[in-house]
Amino acid sequence: MADAVIHAADALTGGDAPDHVVHHTTTGLSNNKLAMWLFLGSECLLFGGLISTYMLYRGRHSENLGPDQIWDIPFTSVSSFILLMSSLTMVLAVTAARRRDDRNTKVWLCVTALLGACFVAGQVYEFTTFYREGLGFTTSLFSSSFYTLTGFHGVHVSVGIVILLSVVGMIARGRTPSDKSELVEIVGLYWHFVDIVWILIFTLVYLIPA
Amino acid sequence: MTTDTHPEHSEHSAHEVHPHGGHDDQHHWSDLQYIKLALALAVITALEVALSYTKDDFGALFMPLLLIMMAIKFFAVVFYFMHLKFDNRLFGLLFYTGLFLAIGVYCAALLTFHFFAP
Repeated sequence: MADAVIHAADALTGGDAPDHVVHHTTTGLSNNKLAMWLFLGSECLLFGGLISTYMLYRGRHSENLGPDQIWDIPFTSVSSFILLMSSLTMVLAVTAARRRDDRNTKVWLCVTALLGACFVAGQVYEFTTFYREGLGFTTSLFSSSFYTLTGFHGVHVSVGIVILLSVVGMIARGRTPSDKSELVEIVGLYWHFVDIVWILIFTLVYLIPA
Repeated sequence: MTTDTHPEHSEHSAHEVHPHGGHDDQHHWSDLQYIKLALALAVITALEVALSYTKDDFGALFMPLLLIMMAIKFFAVVFYFMHLKFDNRLFGLLFYTGLFLAIGVYCAALLTFHFFAP
């Protein structure tokens, strides 16, 4: 039975591919990594729904409180750049972990968390500014869908920061599992996902005119 | 999933059983390559922003250009930063299933509400 499962998994995962390596699981792959990719696939559906809702309602606003009146594109562009660079520092943390370089792994993870914190701070500032201009959560369908979409993303970034700092703490205390690089890589997958969602939001929400 | 205790598998040496679950070390980029890619993505972001300020000059090309640049950034991060290009196909299958379902939901919702109607 186990052999049949392995053969079926091999057929699905491309067992003949040169980069195929066998893990000590029925699929020959890391279960943790598999679970993370499955989670990210389900997250696509969450953000797909939120982006769809925003696109439907982005025109439902009062005359003076629409996207074209309140967006601060230069400010949001800087935020986007910061989050993009955090993906670079995250991948540098992953390569450092692969080299078993704990010091640089911790440094790059901390830099990534710091950049993420800057992004969240920028988002809080942006929300505060919009609120002071009169755009509350229930002001219009546009504002509700906008705050829900970007708010959910901000929560994901915040959770990512907590996870990054937790991993730094685990490495510092020597409480990581035997395969430290896989742990950093899985956290990296989550962080990069948060980045690609922002790539979509930045273009679809901010740059495309309503 | 259960842990396989098949003797053939337990005989794999450390370099054959990769700890990351399905990719090969020879595909790992150097730090410099990742930095170059990040800079390229930053340039594309700058172009996107510049394009949004000059949308009247581009007319009907504005939207496709913006979406193409967005797609390039998206897949560059997925392929190289997330290493999906070199990783096991099953990981990609799980991710792309979610992605295409999300796009399907998006299109269905917009069509339902006649979003694309003139």
